[in-house]
Amino acid sequence: MAALLEAKDVSQVFGGLVAVDHVNMTVNQGDIYGIIGPNGAGKTTFFNICTGFYTPSQGAVFLEGKKISGLPCDKIAQKGVARTFQNIQLFKYMNVLENIKVGFHINTKTSLLDAIVHSKAYKNDEKMIQEKGYAILEEVGLSKYADTMAGNLPYGVQRKVEIARAMALDPKILLLDEPVAGMNPKETDSLMEFILMLREKGYTIAVIEHDMKFVMNACNYILVLNFGHKICEGTPDVVKEDEQVKKAYFGKGVIAARGTKAC
Amino acid sequence: MIDRMKDIYAKHKIAAWLILLAILVTMPMYVSISNMRIVCRIMLYVILAGGLNIINGYCGQLCFGIAGFYCVGSYVQAVLMKTYHVSFWLALIPSGIAAALIGALVALPALRLKGIFLGMITIGFSELVRLIALNWTSVTGGAMGIKGIMAPKFFGIKLGGASKYYYIFLGVVLIYLFCTNRIIRSRVGRAWLSIREDELAAKSLGVDIKRYKILNFMYGSFWAGIAGAVYVAYSSYVDSTYFTLDEGFNVLGMLIIGGQGTLIGPIVGSVVAQVLTEALRVINIWRYVVYAGLIILMMWVRPQGLVGASGSMLAGNKAEKKKAAKGCVEKLERKEA
Repeated sequence: MAALLEAKDVSQVFGGLVAVDHVNMTVNQGDIYGIIGPNGAGKTTFFNICTGFYTPSQGAVFLEGKKISGLPCDKIAQKGVARTFQNIQLFKYMNVLENIKVGFHINTKTSLLDAIVHSKAYKNDEKMIQEKGYAILEEVGLSKYADTMAGNLPYGVQRKVEIARAMALDPKILLLDEPVAGMNPKETDSLMEFILMLREKGYTIAVIEHDMKFVMNACNYILVLNFGHKICEGTPDVVKEDEQVKKAYFGKGVIAARGTKAC
Repeated sequence: MIDRMKDIYAKHKIAAWLILLAILVTMPMYVSISNMRIVCRIMLYVILAGGLNIINGYCGQLCFGIAGFYCVGSYVQAVLMKTYHVSFWLALIPSGIAAALIGALVALPALRLKGIFLGMITIGFSELVRLIALNWTSVTGGAMGIKGIMAPKFFGIKLGGASKYYYIFLGVVLIYLFCTNRIIRSRVGRAWLSIREDELAAKSLGVDIKRYKILNFMYGSFWAGIAGAVYVAYSSYVDSTYFTLDEGFNVLGMLIIGGQGTLIGPIVGSVVAQVLTEALRVINIWRYVVYAGLIILMMWVRPQGLVGASGSMLAGNKAEKKKAAKGCVEKLERKEA
């Protein structure tokens, strides 16, 4: 299996704060790669580095062996890295289909003049977008919402629309930032099924998440960050049993204290 | 009521447009010359407010300096026609392009600044252009302005006077509406809207923000330039007093009354503003107070403008608040029951 997205020795410093400290990551083709850690561990910062919102202070990020860190984020998106955001960033006052259509931006080439004269390029593009846009909505089961204003949808559906919009880029890898945050268990289950289905369709996914049930069941490889450091990585079974991970999540001595004070 | 009207419109779409076009084309035949002047002014402000709408309404930038672009277009047209004896029709495009190039220049700070800070820069730009026009006497004639710009000929017919010049305005407005309508529904228009809605998300989808902001400013200022170019040949005279900041805010006021981010918003705004100020001529200078009051009232009661949809960006907060309030009341009622 080839490494698709690779971060080598990446650090990010904000003034005196080291948000990400020498982190390495290798996401292989077909992975669902989980990134977990307590609040403020630097997970989202790490994602922002991978998608070009930040340029790392040290180290570099590679997509299929080519360096992408340092490029502006729209260029990185054009190379095939799509992402969603922690606090949903949909185009609220555009309908769902239009949201998806913006996702096709990099795969179309219509210019201002094309649009005015309705040239052949424009017609081909619009036809392609219309068909593929509906196909994606069909795929994720949102076609009934096509004409609904995105801001009026329920939370769970908005998350799905955001993922669908990222899919429209036809990306090599999808980075999902806390896709099930704020969802009830039922919505979480449906989104998990959805993400597993995406994997079957051949998408490679990296996901930040706090919901352990989700992470342990969906991901095949997990990276644990704490205060910017990598404290553990491996399959869910390895991570579950790791002492340092337990310490980071539950604190020292909780288990021992329970033993003595409980009764 | 509105649904029924929509149904009727959908059934007789072509007929409705033909009737409207016929009314517009035959207008000078039954409207008096003094009223035609008002119609011409409405048309002028439709193009100006339309150009501003491209920048403020569709791309979410804050531009107060539309008068600057208007000024550039006017003077380029006047100088080309008067000093270089270029025909009106040939000078029109360079005037628009000159304004668009200046627009690209103004867009550069827009790449870094947002909201009111960008607004301040555009105010400065607008004044800068006006002062250059006032002081660059060798080219612009300074405070004397440029006089005697002749109305153009069209196949031998001289289009002087409001009732004939009206057709030029009408043509430009129709071309503006046609082009803008098509662009807004294309990839470029969607990129503009995505920048307005959420810049971060637009970036993450591969939209080249810089390029599209510059393109947006250029397209908007192009139309403001064209409006200026058409206007100088109509008034046959241009000087820098036309292009004060007040003029820019006046256009912005019309856009706000009409509705930003809609195609017919600038038309409605322009009609309302002109008809209102003309109808209230009897109360003299106080009519501007009424106009200002109307703007305040609009911001208060209907921030999305007269034709703005209730689901629009500007109306958003209010609609959501109302919805939330309604939800709370319903919950309480359910609890009581």
